[in-house]
Amino acid sequence: MLTSIWAWLTDPASWSGRDGIPTRLVEHLLYSVVALVLAAAVALPLGAWIGHSGRARWLVTAANAARAVPSLGLLFVVAMLAGPRIRGDFAYVVPSLVVLVLLAVPPLLAGAESGVRAVDPAARDAAYGMGMRAREVLLGVELPCALPLLLSGVRAATLQVIATATIAASVSLGGLGRYLIDGLAVSDYAQMAGGALLVAALALAVDGLLALVTRYAVSPGLGGISGKRGGRSGVARRMPAAPTVGRLSHGSEPS
Amino acid sequence: MAVGMQWIGDHLPEILRYAASHAALAGLPLLVGLAIALPVGWLARRQPRLAGLIVGGSGLLYTIPSLALFILIPLLLGTRILDPLNVYVAMTIYTLALLVRTVVDALGSVPEATRAAATAMGYRGLGRLVAVDLPLAVPVLASGLRVAAVSNVSIVSVSALIGYPQLGSYLTDGYQRDYPLEIGVGIVGCLLLALLFDLAIRGGERALTPWLRVGR
Repeated sequence: MLTSIWAWLTDPASWSGRDGIPTRLVEHLLYSVVALVLAAAVALPLGAWIGHSGRARWLVTAANAARAVPSLGLLFVVAMLAGPRIRGDFAYVVPSLVVLVLLAVPPLLAGAESGVRAVDPAARDAAYGMGMRAREVLLGVELPCALPLLLSGVRAATLQVIATATIAASVSLGGLGRYLIDGLAVSDYAQMAGGALLVAALALAVDGLLALVTRYAVSPGLGGISGKRGGRSGVARRMPAAPTVGRLSHGSEPS
Repeated sequence: MAVGMQWIGDHLPEILRYAASHAALAGLPLLVGLAIALPVGWLARRQPRLAGLIVGGSGLLYTIPSLALFILIPLLLGTRILDPLNVYVAMTIYTLALLVRTVVDALGSVPEATRAAATAMGYRGLGRLVAVDLPLAVPVLASGLRVAAVSNVSIVSVSALIGYPQLGSYLTDGYQRDYPLEIGVGIVGCLLLALLFDLAIRGGERALTPWLRVGR
């Protein structure tokens, strides 16, 4: 079995053409990035505003509750309702993309909101006391302090999108999921398992990359969640994904 | 509407059967995962040097997309692709990925003073863990279990793509037959099941922590 998977992975035919691994990988990344950028453009400012003002917090609660909807169901509903209304090449892409954006919003929103809300009130007061305006406080103090939680939201959203882009192959989206779904359709286990290995490797690689980004982007002055525990050892400081955060953001599933 | 009710009525026995297998596929791994996560999390707290490795490593398992894991498990176990054991094992892995961190947090949530008092009263080792630490850790454990339960119910539905019969089968079948009502049954079924799990865990938490309702 392993040899046939290896044979599929190393077959030059798997690496060339419209259905080749490089093409599928680029598709997968492209869908994921587009969905994440669109979702972040809405969810991050909104979440930061909710966390900053304390208003409309029900939006975060509602978005979190909506995560209980199985992503496969959401995918099929949107594909079925929107698919026939869209013409041309985008008929397959747009419904899936809409679902990817919808699924990326809750973790991003929760990350930005809880990140800004958890900012040490003393730091906020000090910033106001120094004469900073609300805008400066938000961009210069609250956002950097919120970065650990915000980025852990980004990580959760990214994994969610990569995983859902995989199952979106069942509604004709491209990407690496094609190997899993197409292999299944013709009982070609080598292709399925080869594709599954690629998907798992992609998810692990992207998550590792984001972990590195988090490590370098977060100010070393931040310990734990909000800086309240700033006096902790260096190791604790360099682990920005605080335990409670991980649990929160992992509320999304790897579909 | 009437046609829809008729469809649901006709399929009620099947819906219940699918709901039962969905509950088993999501629920049993929850128990097995907890049973494994407890000693692993306890070990992580006892060995701070291993903690990062254990928590980080188990969390990494959650990174693997479920459809990929369902397909890769037969490779590891030597099972057939349609063996339900694959789903049980995959769901146990996801539960474990979430709960190891929960157990570490939960045991850490026990106040040091309480632990010291228990030690002074003569509790030690495993006895203290079972009689003092674990009961006090229940609220944090329960909140982690609730996250894992909702996540499991949703992930199990994905296994319908491979052909394991459960509520997710209504999603794939309804899509293939272009029948929105059937997809609706699948989604509502999953939501209700997730709600049931949530209520059950909350109930268990309440029963196990009677002191939280005293003196308030």
